[in-house]
Amino acid sequence: MQRREALTKLTGRERYVDDLPLEGFLWGMTVRSPAPRGRIAAIRFAKGVDWSQFVVVDHRDIPGPNVVALIEQDQPVLAADVVRHVHEPVLLLAHPSRDAVRRAVRSVEIVVAPEPATLDFRVSPDVLKHLKIEKGDVARALAQAPVVVSGTYETGAQEHVYLETQGMIAYLEGDVLVVKGSMQCPYYVVKALQHALARDESKVRVIQTPTGGGFGGKEEFPSHIALHAALLGLKSGRPVKVIYDRGEDMAATTKRHPALVRHRTGLTRDGRLLAQDIEVVIDGGAYVTLSPVVLSRAIIHAAGPYACDHVRIVGRAVFTNAVPFGAFRGFGAPQTQFAGERHMDVIAQTLALDAVELRRTNLLREGQTTATGQVISDGTDRVAVMERALELSGYRVKQRDHATFNATQATLRRGIGLATFYHGAGFTGGGEVALKSRLRVAGLPDGRVEVLSASIEMGQGTLTVFTELAAARLGLAPEDVTIAEADTARVPNSGPTVASRTTMIVGGLVERAADDLRRRAGLDDAAQGDAVKQAIRRWHRDHAGGTLVGEATYEKPPGIEWDDTTYRGDAYGAFAWAAYTAEVEVDLRTCATRVIDFVAVQEVGNVLNPTLARGQVQGGVVQGIGWALMEECKWRDGAMANNQLTNYLIPTSDDVPSIRVAFLENPYAHGAGGAKGLGELPIDGPAPAIVNAVARATGADPRAIPVTPERLMELLEIADLGLRIADSAP
Amino acid sequence: MSDHSAIRNPQSAISMTFTLNGSPVSVEIDPVDRLLDTLRYQLALTGTKEGCGEGECGACTVHLDGLPVNSCLVPSYQVRGHRVDTIESLDPRALEPFERCGATQCGACTPGVVMTAWWIGQHADLLRTHTIRELMAGNLCRCTGYDGIVDSVAEALRETGGGRRET
Repeated sequence: MQRREALTKLTGRERYVDDLPLEGFLWGMTVRSPAPRGRIAAIRFAKGVDWSQFVVVDHRDIPGPNVVALIEQDQPVLAADVVRHVHEPVLLLAHPSRDAVRRAVRSVEIVVAPEPATLDFRVSPDVLKHLKIEKGDVARALAQAPVVVSGTYETGAQEHVYLETQGMIAYLEGDVLVVKGSMQCPYYVVKALQHALARDESKVRVIQTPTGGGFGGKEEFPSHIALHAALLGLKSGRPVKVIYDRGEDMAATTKRHPALVRHRTGLTRDGRLLAQDIEVVIDGGAYVTLSPVVLSRAIIHAAGPYACDHVRIVGRAVFTNAVPFGAFRGFGAPQTQFAGERHMDVIAQTLALDAVELRRTNLLREGQTTATGQVISDGTDRVAVMERALELSGYRVKQRDHATFNATQATLRRGIGLATFYHGAGFTGGGEVALKSRLRVAGLPDGRVEVLSASIEMGQGTLTVFTELAAARLGLAPEDVTIAEADTARVPNSGPTVASRTTMIVGGLVERAADDLRRRAGLDDAAQGDAVKQAIRRWHRDHAGGTLVGEATYEKPPGIEWDDTTYRGDAYGAFAWAAYTAEVEVDLRTCATRVIDFVAVQEVGNVLNPTLARGQVQGGVVQGIGWALMEECKWRDGAMANNQLTNYLIPTSDDVPSIRVAFLENPYAHGAGGAKGLGELPIDGPAPAIVNAVARATGADPRAIPVTPERLMELLEIADLGLRIADSAP
Repeated sequence: MSDHSAIRNPQSAISMTFTLNGSPVSVEIDPVDRLLDTLRYQLALTGTKEGCGEGECGACTVHLDGLPVNSCLVPSYQVRGHRVDTIESLDPRALEPFERCGATQCGACTPGVVMTAWWIGQHADLLRTHTIRELMAGNLCRCTGYDGIVDSVAEALRETGGGRRET
C-alpha cells in the first residue's frame, strides 16, 4: 500500500498548524532569558510602545503550579525569580500583528544579575541521575586480562531540524481549552496543561495537527508551547497562535544530549572480550526533562551486541546551564554505540586484528546474554546480518581497491568502515507495562472501521501501517479503514509516539482491538471481509444510534522480566540487529569527507511496508551522516550561536550517495504482523561506520564527532607533526 | 532571535497586480512583505511552506516567471506584473511516481521539492550537465534521505520521456 496521505502532502493540501484557518486570533511570542544563570533583577518595558495593546503574561498568570509536568516537576512554565539557561522563557506577549509582537519582544529587557554558570558538562559536579549495570566481576576480569585497551569518545549535540518548526494554537470552546499543534505525544500535552493550568482533564482537549517531522524533538517540548499559547489565550479570551521561526526553534528547543564515553576493555590476544568497563556521561542541560530515561537507554546499549561475561557500565546525567537536551531519535543509544563501535576498531588496530573478525568473534550467539543479563534467543543470526552487509558492500574487494587507490592518488584517500549494532524497541524495562496503552477500533454504520489512537503520523507512516494492519486483520480493503484524528476528546491514550514502539507495540493493539470488534459484532475470529462489514452494518441496524467499539489494552508478552532496582533482566521485548558499512573519500587538501557508498543491512522482524521501511532507514542514515560529519552546534555563553540553516549544515541530496538498504526478516512473535521497531535503529550505525572509514582512509584517529574538515585537518596535522618529530629525533 | 520581517509602515501599503497560477490577482501589500507571507497569509495559499526563512531549505519554492525561487527571499513588490506559480497549480496526476517511490514522508519540505522537480521536468536537458542530486540540492529534506525524491524525479522523467535514468 502506498502512503495514505501522500497525495495530500505532494499537492500542498495537507494543513499543518500554521496553515489552519483561524479567525480573530493573536500572534503569541516568548521573551527569553539573555543569560545562562542568574537572578531576574528587573523586567523593563521600553518607552514608546503602547503596551496596553499587548497581552502580557508572566509567571503570576499561571493558575496552577508553575511547572511543565514530566518525569520531575522541576522546569517552570515561565521563569519567576531565577533563570537556569539562556533562552529560558520569562514573559509571553500577544498581539494581532505578527510584526508588532516581534518588535515588542525586542522592546522588553530581562535584566539578569548573573551567577556563575556551568557550561562544560564534562566537569559538572551536579549529577541529576546515576545508573549502573553490573554483570560478573569486572575488576577481577580486567586485572587478569592479557590485554586491556582504553579509549575516550565524544559526541556532540544535534539539532532535529524537522522541516516544520514547532507551533501551537490555543482557544476556548465554551469552557473547554482546545490546543492544536505539531506534536508526538498528545497525552503528554494534556497532562502538562491540566497540571499547570489546574484544569480538570475534561476541560482540556488536545488535537495533533499533521506534524512535519519530529525525531523526538516534538516529544516533550510541545508541552511548553502549548502552555504558552494557552496562557495567552486564557488571559486574552481570544485564539492565540505561537509559531516558532527557525532561529527560535533551533536556539530554544531541545537537542540530542552531548556525551562522553570511556571504555576500558579486557581481551584475549586473539580478540575475545573478557571485560567491558564503561563510563557514560551525558549533558542534561538545565532541567531534568527526559535525561534519566535517555541515560537508561544509553547505558543499556553501551556494551554493543556482543557477548561478554564481565561488564560494568556506570552512567550519569549531569546538570549544566545549557538549554535542556531532550529526546532525539535513538535516545542515548547512538552516543554510546558510536563510542562502542569506534572502540571496536581501535581495539582491532591496537591488537593488529581484523575489525570484521573481531566482531565475528564477539557478536552475540543464540542463548548468550546482554549486559543486563537478557538471554538472546530470537533465532536471528547476527553474524549473517554482518556477512550480508560485507557482501553487498563488496567490503573485501573495496579494501584491496582502496590500498591501490590510496597508493596512487596524491590528494584523495578512500576507506571503508563497519559498525554492528542493535536497538531495543519499545519503552525500556517495565515502561510499556506502566504506560497501559489503550486503543480502539470502531465499526461504523456503513460497515467501515475506524482506528482510534493517540499515536500520531509525523512522516514515519503510522496512518499507512495502522490501515494495513486493521485491513489485514479483518480482511478489508484499505479504503474500508479510516484513522481518527489524534484528538484527546475522542481517542484513548495509546501512549507517546516514540521509542520505535508505534508499529510493534501499538500496532499489536490495532490487531487485538480489531479482534475485539469482530467478537462484539457477533463474529468469530475467522470472519473476514464482507462478513465483517455485513455484521457491522447489521449490528448498527439492530442498535440504532449505538457505538460499536473494539478495545485492546497492552499486555506484557510472556517471559519478560525486568528489575528496575538492579538493572537486570529483559530490557526490551525485542532488539533489531544491524550491520552498516560506509565507504568514504577524504580530500586531503580540504579535509572534507564524502560518503561515496553506504550499505544498511538490518533484521527488524517482518517488514510490513517495504517502501516506508526503506525510507525510514535511508532518512535515519542520512541524519546519521550529518551527525557524523557536519552537524555541529557552536555554543557561545550557553547559547547556540549557529541557530540557522546557513551555518548549521544538514546533508543535501548532493552530499550523500544512494543509501542501499537490505532487510533480513525473522518474524517477532509479539510484534504486530511479526514486526519489530525500526525508526531509531538507523541513526545508531552511520557515525561509527563513517568514522571507522575515515580512520582507515587517512590514518587519523578521530574519537569525537562531528568529524568536520576543521577537526580532521587538526588531527592530520597532529599526526603529521608527530611523524616529523619522530623523524628528527636523534 | 532572528527576525525576517521588515518593520511595516502602514503608509507604504500599495496595490499590486500579478499573475498567480494563471489568473490575475490584486493585493494590498507593503512592498517589502515577503512573497511567502503574501501567498500564505493574504491569499490563503498555504501549500507553500516556510522551513527556514532565509533561502536555505527550499520549502517555500515557487516559480517566478517559470524559474524556481525561494519565496521567503522575494519581496512581494518584485512580482508586480510577473507570473507566479505555486504548488496549488500543479496537476496531481503528474505526481503518481512521487507517491509510488516514497518522495514524501512528513510532507513539510514536499511542496518545495515538487516545485523544483516540476521545473526539472520542464527542462530535462539540464540532466545533460547536472545530476538530479545536484539539481535537487536546494531542497532540504530531513526524512527521506533523498533516495525517494531522486528516484521519483528519475521515474517521472522516464515516464514523460525526458532525461536519462539516474540512480
